[in-house]
Amino acid sequence: MSMLSVKDLHVHYGVIEALKGVSIDVNEGEIVSLIGANGAGKTTMLQAISGIVKKSSGDIEFLGQSIYKTNPKNIVAAGLTQVPEGRRIFTGLSVYENLMMGAFLRKDKKGIEEDLQKVYKQFPILEQRINQDASTLSGGEQQMLAMGRALMAKPKLMLLDEPSMGLAPILVKEIFSIIKEINAQGTTVLLVEQNAKMALSIAHRAYVLETGKIVLSGTGEELINSPEIQKAYLGG
Amino acid sequence: MIQFLQQMINGLSLGSIYALIALGYTMVYGIIKLINFAHGDVYMLGAFVAFYATTFFHLNFFVALVVAMVLCGVLGVVIERIAYKPLRHATRITALITAMGVSYVLEYTTQYFAGSEVKTFPTDLLDNTAFSFGGVRITMMQIYIFVITIVLMIILTYIVNKTKMGRAMRAVSVDEDAAKLMGINVDTTISFTFFLGSCLAGVAGVLVGVYYNSINPLMGMTPGLKAFIAAVFGGIGNIPGAMIGGLFIGIAETLVTAYGSSLYKDAIVYVILILVLILKPDGLLGKNVKEKV
Ligand SMILES: Nc1ncnc2c1ncn2[C@@H]1O[C@H](COP(=O)(O)OP(=O)(O)OP(=O)(O)O)[C@@H](O)[C@H]1O
Ligand SMILES: [Mg+2]
Repeated sequence: MSMLSVKDLHVHYGVIEALKGVSIDVNEGEIVSLIGANGAGKTTMLQAISGIVKKSSGDIEFLGQSIYKTNPKNIVAAGLTQVPEGRRIFTGLSVYENLMMGAFLRKDKKGIEEDLQKVYKQFPILEQRINQDASTLSGGEQQMLAMGRALMAKPKLMLLDEPSMGLAPILVKEIFSIIKEINAQGTTVLLVEQNAKMALSIAHRAYVLETGKIVLSGTGEELINSPEIQKAYLGG
Repeated sequence: MIQFLQQMINGLSLGSIYALIALGYTMVYGIIKLINFAHGDVYMLGAFVAFYATTFFHLNFFVALVVAMVLCGVLGVVIERIAYKPLRHATRITALITAMGVSYVLEYTTQYFAGSEVKTFPTDLLDNTAFSFGGVRITMMQIYIFVITIVLMIILTYIVNKTKMGRAMRAVSVDEDAAKLMGINVDTTISFTFFLGSCLAGVAGVLVGVYYNSINPLMGMTPGLKAFIAAVFGGIGNIPGAMIGGLFIGIAETLVTAYGSSLYKDAIVYVILILVLILKPDGLLGKNVKEKV
């Protein structure tokens, strides 16, 4: 079943058309990767899905309901969260407070506490730093915090925008294996990446975005082996 | 020494008032980076509401204080919705000029309805006994000012640091879009910030009105400016900074008046401010505030 369905989406920034009629589907249980070069429109796509940027036309359905006009709050409440590009953690707030921001709309105290323990298990480093100002964390730790924060919302679908950005190769591996684990535990994932190799290797399916248009799609394996992808994104 | 202690007490009373007003400036700046020039006029309206509540409706002081506080809070929310919200993504100078416009609207609307003459509160409003401790005089009114200010500051600190809404306020002030991604309603959070800040200004207006027993529609201008300076002094956007800044300016002003000359009091306060800002450009407790006003 299609969990998220984006149909012919157009987004403009003034006169610039950043998305020129994009359609993608994400099925329940999948990891779907969206790859593309700088400025292709990947972040715009995720911000449009989350209700942060204004859309010009098209439609977005989540769990069978249109969220095209829904405000960000209700989108989060429906079970769709985002780990934004550049982490965007709340500096000046402690690690614990950052995690709790993720659970902002939840009222089930017990469930929140359980999920907090799960996040600590997933990211033990965060538990050691709970009272520390989030801005004092390293880049990798901040990425984990951003992911932990998103998990605290108990999402059905998690959007991740370039989680590997600026991380050392060993950390990139770790982040990707955590994404797989999160997916295995039942969260559907839409992953945006420039690191095409990693993103395709863990994806069930993937799309390639070029200057606001989907130019290729297929299973992760198909795309890894496609000559165009080899040439343009994998340096082969 | 006695004279000095006496001046400290007077300075603390005045400083508490500046601190209450400064908190509103700093909270609003923290969340939407706007210097709300109409804030001093909300303070003035607090005094007027209490004046009418006690003079015409014969409410007692504390009831009038709560009424003024809530009405000012609501007024702050209305001002934000009508005047500032449409400009949230406009240039800062546009919003700043609008704030000045709102300030004039409030001042002259009040003048139109209430007249420009100075008003005084009923004389029997508060028991104003004075106590003497080894020659240092402290009035009941000053005790009220200290207690009310301290209680409000504790409540505010609690709200900002411990409640969900406070956490939302801090998150929005760091990163509005990231806050939206958490499901925070940014508009509600901004309204709430205006509500809190304006409540405090309203209380300050009532306290000053009763303390000096004289109110007029333009009374918000000078304390508004001083409280703004207090907020900058403490580090604009920083809540403890506004408290310290307010107290500092109140004390400095009182001491200069007592030992120097009231003629120079404002000049000296500004010189101190300038010195502090030269040494610490982000204010006493400010940190990493890249943008300056
Ligand atoms: N707020 C904005 N105002 C104007 N133009 C914008 C804005 N945000 C993005 N754009 C433009 O839209 C296009 C797509 O940007 P977007 O950030 O979605 O790309 P991206 O694929 O995420 O790139 P990157 O990999 O560098 O993050 C770019 O040409 C960019 O310059
Ligand atoms: Mg991007």
